[in-house]
This record gives sequence, C-alpha cells and structure tokens, in this order.
Amino acid sequence: MQRSLKIRQLRIAYMFLLPAIIVFFLGLVVPLVNTFELSFNRLSMGSRWSDRDYVGVENYERMVEDDHVRSSVGVTLRFAAIVLVAELVIGMGLALLLEKPIKGATVFRTIFILPLMVSPVAVGLIWRYLLDGRIGLVNHYLGLIGIPPQTWLGHPDLAFFSIVITDIWQWTPFIFIILLAGLQALPSEVMEASRIDGANWRQMTFLIKIPMLRSILLVTVLLRLIDVFRALEVIFVMTFGGPGRSTQVLSLHIYKTAFTSQALGYASTIAVVLMFIMLVLSLVLLAFSNPLKERADF
Amino acid sequence: MNAIISNAMLDIRRLNRSEVLQYAVLTILALIALGPIIVMFITSFKTQVDIMSSESMWVFEPTFDNYTHVFENKFDLYLGNSIIVSLASTCLSLLVSGMAAYALARLEFPGRSPMAYFTLIIRMVPPAVLAIPIFILWLNWELFLFDLIDATPFLYEMENPDPYLFAEGLVDGRIGLTLFYTALNLPFAIWLLIGFLRQIPTEIEEAAIVDGASQWQVFLRVIFPLMRPGLAVAAIFTFRISWNEFLLALVLTDRNTRTLPVGITLFLTEQGVQWGRIMAMGTLIVIPPLVLTFVAARQIIAGMTAGAVKG
Repeated sequence: MQRSLKIRQLRIAYMFLLPAIIVFFLGLVVPLVNTFELSFNRLSMGSRWSDRDYVGVENYERMVEDDHVRSSVGVTLRFAAIVLVAELVIGMGLALLLEKPIKGATVFRTIFILPLMVSPVAVGLIWRYLLDGRIGLVNHYLGLIGIPPQTWLGHPDLAFFSIVITDIWQWTPFIFIILLAGLQALPSEVMEASRIDGANWRQMTFLIKIPMLRSILLVTVLLRLIDVFRALEVIFVMTFGGPGRSTQVLSLHIYKTAFTSQALGYASTIAVVLMFIMLVLSLVLLAFSNPLKERADF
Repeated sequence: MNAIISNAMLDIRRLNRSEVLQYAVLTILALIALGPIIVMFITSFKTQVDIMSSESMWVFEPTFDNYTHVFENKFDLYLGNSIIVSLASTCLSLLVSGMAAYALARLEFPGRSPMAYFTLIIRMVPPAVLAIPIFILWLNWELFLFDLIDATPFLYEMENPDPYLFAEGLVDGRIGLTLFYTALNLPFAIWLLIGFLRQIPTEIEEAAIVDGASQWQVFLRVIFPLMRPGLAVAAIFTFRISWNEFLLALVLTDRNTRTLPVGITLFLTEQGVQWGRIMAMGTLIVIPPLVLTFVAARQIIAGMTAGAVKG
C-alpha cells in the first residue's frame, strides 16, 4: 500500500516534469545537437538539411588557419577582460561608497536598473546616435571644453572604446546592485567586532569586506562573462563589427559567417568552439569555488 | 513659503557631510543612467533637420511626425507580434516551470545545485549559436511541408491550394520564438521557483489531498497561487527577454511576423539613418519595460540578486 502510493507519486512527479523536458528537448537539445553535427558538414544557405555534405574535420582545420576567427577571438577576450575589470572596479567602488542605507535608496536603485531593462537594440541605437561623428551629443559637449570632434565609430580603436563605454553604461548597475546587496547582507557582528579591534577603513575594505564577498564576486563575474560572450545585439546595431574587424566579437562573426557568407556548416564549427571556450572559462571560475552550491537553499 | 524653505534648509543641515556626498554621487549616477534614455525621448520629437543641426539640442519645435510615421509603418503589426510572443512565452514558461519546480521540490530532488549548474550551462548558449540550427530547422519544416503537399494530391483539392500560404500559416516564426524564449528562461525560472516552493509547508497540500483533491487540482488551486511572488519575478525576467530579444527574432521572422526590436532596425536604411523615427519607435519599445521597472523594482532586484546573494 505504502509502496504503490510512492510509485503513484513518482509517476505524477514525472508527469509534472514532462512539459519542461519536452520544451528543453525541442528548444535546446535538438538545435545544439544539430549545431554539433553540422560542424562536420558543409551546407550553404537555402539548401535542405538532407543536402549537407559530410566533410569530416575540414571545417575545424580551416578554422585553425582562419585569421578572421583568430582576430574575433582576440577582440572578444580583450572586450571581456576590459569591461569586466572596469565594471567590477567601478561597481565595487560605488557599492563601498554608497553602502550605508539612506533615505530614498529605493528610488535610486530603481533608476539604476533602467539601463538593464532597455532593449539592447535600443541601447545600441541610442549610443550610436550619441557617438555620431557629426550630430552626436558626445562630440558636441566635448567641443564645449575644447576637444575636437572624433569619429567615434569610424576609427578602429575609438569604435572599440565606444562599445566598451556602452557596455559599462548598461552593465555596471547590475554589478553595483548585486555587490551592494551583498555588502548590506554581511553579518553586522563581524563588522562591529573588527571596528572594535581597531581596523581602519582600508583594512575593513580589503581584509574583511571584499574577502567575505568572494563567492558573490565570483558569481557576478561568471554571469557577466557569460553575457559578454553571448551578447552581440548592441554591437550589431552600433558598428556591425566594423570598422574593419575592430569590434567583431566571436558571436557576431558566427552570425556573419552563417547569414552573410551563407556558410552554415562552417559557422556551426565556430559556434561549437565558442561554446567550448565559454565552458572552459566557466569551469575555471567554478573551480575556485562553487558559489551557487553554497547558496542552494536560497 | 518661507517656512517650507527654512524647513528644507534645516533638513539639509541635519544631513552630515558623508550623507551629502552620498546623495551627490547618487544623483550624478542617476543622471548618467537616465541621460541616454532622456536623449532618446527628446530626440523622438525632433525633425530630421533639427537632428542634423547639432546646435539645437534643447531648443526646438516639437513634432509628432516621427510617431505618425512609425504608426503608419506597420507598428501595430510588430506590436501585435511582440505582444503575442512575449505573453505566450511568459505564460508557457510560468506554467511549465511551475509544474517542474513543484515536482523537483517535492520529489526530494537532490538539492538545487544540479539545477543551478544547469541554469548556468543553459545561460551559456549564445543566441548566435542557436540561430543557425533554428534557421535550418525552420526552413526544413517549410520545405518538408511543400514536399508533403506535392506528394498528397488531395491537399490541392482543399479550398486553399496555395502551398506557400498553407505553409506560412503553419510554420509561423512566432511559434518558434515562443518555444525558444521559453526554453532559454526555463532553467532560471525553475531554479527560482524551487526556492519559493521550499518555503511553502507541505501540510497545506496534504490537507487538500485528504479532502479529496487530485494532485493536479492541488497544484493549480493551492500551489500556483501560493507561488505568486516567485512567479512574478520569473514572469518579469521571461517577459524582459522575449520583449527585447533581437537576434533569433531577426532570423526566424518574416515581414508579417516581425517583432518590434527587428522592426526598429528597418530605419537603418541605405540612404542613411532615420534618427527621429528610430528614437520614436525606441521610446515606444522601451515603455513596457520602463513601466515594469517602476512597478516591480523590488522583484527585479530580488531576481537579480537571488543567484548571488542569499536573499
């Protein structure tokens, strides 16, 4: 009696899981398996799935020698490193500065999450307008303090700088809010005790607060890292990878290979490599600690 | 009047120096965060001539021409598509993730950590990677249907003999978008909801079962309403993704099923960028997430910090 009840419950539980499994299977597993399979094939736009040519590891060999892939991996890593460091430093600094709860904090926090809620396409378009060489406000205001107009999106280094600035604008609030919540959740007894022991501001910050935030910092870095590798919408509308290949991140390169050069098989190969890079980077980060596991109970 | 001012001054004097600094920094940051959005809003009321002459940033004669033009260019169609896809994927995601979370939470599933890893791994899948197989699958669905129609003569005798029309009605990109947005959000939603479910005591369900309710009734009538705070957070995040997503929508939709983020890029023309119209449409696209932010800031922050900070 007891046992059959248990089995009945199990059956019901699996039935409750079934829709989720179906959605995962159709929406993620099938496409990803297809990508992997396609990475060993040649398939051009407009042909049928059944018309693909098996070419073995030819795509992978081609990729190793492909300067475009190499340069976009470089752009992606450089972009990720710069925005992550900048956003962490600014976000951490602001969180420490504004740690003390004050009146009206909710209003400010609401304002700070706005950049995160705006559609990335709109963000890219707004900043493309602000940074426009001829009509952009950035040049206009720089002109007022005597700096000559720059073609922000027309020069390789400046274009790279522009997408960095845009990313910092959009994502620093995210890091700031998470770190602020983390700081305010630190146990007050520890803070109290260290203050009584005579720790100064610098010791408090670097020897107590930041080490205690370690796991939060790790998750934040991980989430941002993943998003940097995924995101291409802002860059898509701001520069479309140009000028030259100066802002061509890897996911944009995949898109262009698939839908501009119409080489779907080869694009899949690069996609597999992108996934691999992300997986390795994430595992390296997770090896430091397993932050999500520790917080498994919310 | 004087009393109010002196009161305010008193208030300010009562703040100590560090608080004044804190407010000053916060205000500057708020201006930086808001600035670009405000510029978009203001520019949406400018003519192309005013936009091209950089002299008149703040002084100009406002016009609704940009909005009129946007509304006359299929805005209602794109809006409809965006609403359909966003609402469909949000509802589907809530139902499916609610059911899964319930099963996982009550099955004594070994902790949330496998789910947390799974969430991370799914989050790692870039849309650009998904776009390729999705595009091919969808295309092949269409071709498959054409073959099917060719091979089955009786279909020709149906009232609507045009295979293209027939296929377009079935292989609607919006269905695909709904499926993929749901799949992309599911792990996060499940993970979030398990946390909320753990706080609901099992006695409530047991009582309902004793009263003769089926498991399904318990879920729909008892658990689902109790999960509301968690569902609200999950809904906001799913809606945000589906409403804003661009790349998959670009690949999967055609001129009739386009969503708003794809529609706005049509103003980036060969002849130049139609800034006024872009800003007008941008403003319209941003309104729902903006309203959501002001209504549900607390839930958004809860969702954002849930993964990192014990909340």
